[in-house]
Amino acid sequence: MNLAQNRADELFRSEVASWLEQNLSGEFAQLRHRGGPGDEHSFVEERKAWEQCMAAGGWTCIGWPEQHGGRGASIEQQVIFNEEYARAGGPGRIGHIGETLMGPTLIAYGSAEQQARYLPGIREGREFWCQGYSEPSAGSDLGNVKTRAEQAAESGEWRINGQKVWTSWATESNYCFVVARTQPGSVGHKGLGFFMVALDQPGVTVKPIEQLTGSSEFNEVFFDDAVCADSDLVGGPEQGWQVAMALLGFERGVSTLGQQMLFQNELDEVIALAKSNGSYRDVTIRQRIATAHTGLRIMRYNSMRMLAGGEDGSLSKEAMIYKLYWSSWHRNLGNLAMDVMGAQAQLLAGDGYQLSRLQGLFLYSRADTIYGGTNQIQRNLIAERALGMPREPRG
Amino acid sequence: MDFKFTDEQTMVFETAAAFLAEASDSAAVRSAMVAANGYQPGDWQRLCEEMYWQAILIPEAHDGLGLGFVEIAGILEKMGERLYCGPFIASAVVATSALAAAGSDQQQASCFPRLLAGQTAALAYLGRSDLWDSGAVTATLVADGDNWRLNGDYQLVAHAAGSDFLLLAAKRPNGELAIAIVETDSAGVTITGHPTMDQTRPLATVTAVDVTVTAGQLLNSGGCCAQLVDDLADIGAISLAADQVGGSQQSLTAAVDYTQERVQFGRTIASFQAIKHKAADMMLKVEAGRSALYYAACVAELWRQSSAAPGQLAEAAAMAKSYCSDAYYFVSGTAVQLFGGVGITAEYDIQLYFKRAKSTESYLGSGNYHRERLAEQLLGPASPADQEAL
Ligand SMILES: Cc1cc2nc3c(=O)[nH]c(=O)nc-3n(C[C@H](O)[C@H](O)[C@H](O)COP(=O)(O)OP(=O)(O)OC[C@H]3O[C@@H](n4cnc5c(N)ncnc54)[C@H](O)[C@@H]3O)c2cc1C
Repeated sequence: MNLAQNRADELFRSEVASWLEQNLSGEFAQLRHRGGPGDEHSFVEERKAWEQCMAAGGWTCIGWPEQHGGRGASIEQQVIFNEEYARAGGPGRIGHIGETLMGPTLIAYGSAEQQARYLPGIREGREFWCQGYSEPSAGSDLGNVKTRAEQAAESGEWRINGQKVWTSWATESNYCFVVARTQPGSVGHKGLGFFMVALDQPGVTVKPIEQLTGSSEFNEVFFDDAVCADSDLVGGPEQGWQVAMALLGFERGVSTLGQQMLFQNELDEVIALAKSNGSYRDVTIRQRIATAHTGLRIMRYNSMRMLAGGEDGSLSKEAMIYKLYWSSWHRNLGNLAMDVMGAQAQLLAGDGYQLSRLQGLFLYSRADTIYGGTNQIQRNLIAERALGMPREPRG
Repeated sequence: MDFKFTDEQTMVFETAAAFLAEASDSAAVRSAMVAANGYQPGDWQRLCEEMYWQAILIPEAHDGLGLGFVEIAGILEKMGERLYCGPFIASAVVATSALAAAGSDQQQASCFPRLLAGQTAALAYLGRSDLWDSGAVTATLVADGDNWRLNGDYQLVAHAAGSDFLLLAAKRPNGELAIAIVETDSAGVTITGHPTMDQTRPLATVTAVDVTVTAGQLLNSGGCCAQLVDDLADIGAISLAADQVGGSQQSLTAAVDYTQERVQFGRTIASFQAIKHKAADMMLKVEAGRSALYYAACVAELWRQSSAAPGQLAEAAAMAKSYCSDAYYFVSGTAVQLFGGVGITAEYDIQLYFKRAKSTESYLGSGNYHRERLAEQLLGPASPADQEAL
C-alpha cells in the first residue's frame, strides 16, 4: 500500500491531457463544461460531432478489449482518462450509455453477429443508446415489468407493446435496450427478454418529460407494435433478467468513477464562492466545506480500494457502499452550494428557467439518490449481500 | 497509488487478530480496566515477547523490525476491535516515532534497547486542552548554569502512569520548543493517574517542578521541536483513527450478529428494514473511515521517511480523525440501540466500545476541531482580522 504513481499511468495521463488540450479547441472550444446535468440539451449536434472526433483519436470505448476496437485500458487508466476529461472541461458524453452499458453487455453476452453489427456504431460515435428498464409500475421493483414481446411464428420477428418511463436521452438516441416479457403470464424475474430496439420506427413514440430543472433529460417511450428482429434479442428469450442485471453491474462499477473530477470542479466552485462572498466566516459553512472536502477524498480512496480488489467487476465491500456514498455526498454538496450562495441562489441568470451550474447541481443531485437503485434499495442490498441480513419479504 | 496490502502485511494482520482474540478478550480487557495503571504489565510483557510489536518502528540497525505505518495502522485496527488496553500508541508509536525522528545516536542507543525490552515511554506536551498542537505547550525550560530547569503541568497524558521515561515538551524563553527525555523517577516529577469514564484508556497528570535537564537529554540536538510536536500530534491522531476504525467494525459486527439471533414479533429483528438500513449506514461509515485511514497511514509512512509534502500529514490526519471519530460515535451508539436493553448493561461489551468512541473522539481533537483545521487550509482563517494579517 503506497501513494506512488505508476510511471506508465502517468505517461498515459499526459497523453490524454495533451490530446484533449489540442482537440477541445476551434469549433469544439465552446463545448467545454457544457452538456452536464440541467444543461443536457445544449449543443447536441456539436457534441455528437465531438464524439466522432474522440472516436477518430481512439478515445471512445478505451476500456473495451482491443479485438472489439477498444484499447484494453486498465481500470486505472479509465479512471485517469475520465479525470483528465473532467479536468479539461470535456462536454457531457452523449455516447455514455452505449459505451459503458450496452457495449460491455454485448461483449459479455452478445453473439458475434450482434457485436459486429452494433459495437462499431457505438465506438465510432455514430449510434447512441438509451436504457428501457423502468415502467410506470416497475421502478425499484424492476421484476414487475409489463411490456410484452410476442414472436411471430413465421418470420421470427418480435412485436413489442407497452410503455417505458424515465428513459434518459431517448430523444437523442438511435436504439433502446428494452426489458420485456416474452412469456405471457410469467411473473418476476422469469420470462423476460432483453431486446435492442430501433427507435426510428412507426411503432415507437418518445415524449419528453419536463424535469424540476426545466430541461427534459428523461422521457416516456411508448411501444405500439414496435418491431424487433429475432437477431436483436440478447441471450435467449428467457435470459433477459440475467443480461439486465449484468448490465446494472457495469452501471454500478467503473462507469461512475470518472465523475469524481467533476465533483471536484463543483466543490472548487463552492469554495471559491465562499471565499468571495464572505460566507467563509460562517462556522457551520466552514465545517460543511471541510466535511465535503474530506468526503470527496474518501470517495477517491474508496475507489482505490475497489480497484485494488481486482478487475473482474465483482462487488467487494467497498464497491457495495459506493453508490449510496457518492449519491449522498453529491446531494449534500448541492445543498451546501445553495447555502453558500444564500438568498442570492434564488436569482436566475436570464429569461426562461436558466440555471447556473450550482443551481442545477442543487436540483439535479436530488435524482442521484433515486436512479440506478435508490438509496433505500442500496441499503437493502448492503444489508443483505454484504452483511448477510434477511431478504425483504415480497408482497 | 496502490491500496493493496502485501501478502506479508496480510499475514501480520491475521496473526494480530488471532493473538488479540485471546490476549485481549473481554476478560482481559475488564481486568486491565481495573488494574493499577490501566493495563496489566504482564500482558504488555507478553505482547512484547511474543509479537515484538514494540519494535515495529524501531530501525533494524537498533534491532527493531524497521516496518512502517501501514503495519501500525493494520495492527491498531485489530487492537481497536478488541479494545486493547496497553500503552501501544503512547509508547510504541508516538514516543518511538519521536526518538526515531529526532533522537541522537546516543539517545537512540540508550532508549531503543529499553523499549525493545518492554519498558515504555509517553510524550507529555499539553498544558491546556483546547488545542492539540505545539501551541498547547505551557511548561518552561530555563537555563541554569550548564543545564536547564523544567517546570510545568501536563494534562491528559495517555499511559503516563506506569511508564519508565517521559518525553516532556517545554518552551524556552525565546519561544522555541524543546523536548527532554526525562526518567519517570527523576526528582521533581510526579505522575497522577485519574479514574476515567472510558476505563480502557488511562489518563494522567504529569507535574514537573524544577526538574534538572542536561544537554544530552534534549531531542533534535537541542533545536526547536515545535514542528515535531505538531507532527506527533498528527501521528497520534492517525493512530487513534485506526483504533476507531477497528472499534467501529467490531461494533457493527457485534450488532449485526445480535440482530440475527434476537427474535421479536415472530421474526429476527435483523429482518426489519429499519434495522437493516441502520446496519447499512453503519457499514458505509466503517468502510469510508477505513479508506480515510489507509490514505493517512500511507502519508504517515511518507512522513516517517521524511518525504511527505508540507501540510500533507496535517491534512491526512485531520481528514482521518474527523471522519473516524464521528463514525465510531455513530456506529457504536447505533449498535447500543440495536442491542436494546442489554446494550445498557455493564455485562455486554458494546457499552465499552461506546465509551471508547467518545474518549477517542475528543482526544487529540474532535471532528469539529479537525474540520476547522481543514477549513483553514481550504478557506484561510475565519476572522477577517487574521486574514488581513496574513
Ligand atoms: C434522472 C433520472 C434518470 C433515469 N433514467 C432512467 C433510464 O434511462 N432508464 C430507466 O430504465 N430508468 C431510468 N430512471 C428510473 C430509475 O431507475 C427509477 O426512478 C428508480 O429505479 C426508482 O423507481 P421509481 O421512480 O418507480 O420509484 P419507486 O420504486 O416507486 O420508489 C419510491 C420510493 O420508495 C422507496 N422504495 C421502493 N421500494 C422499496 C423497498 N423495497 N424498500 C424501501 N424503500 C423502497 C424508494 O427508495 C423511493 O424512495 C431514471 C430516474 C431518474 C430520476
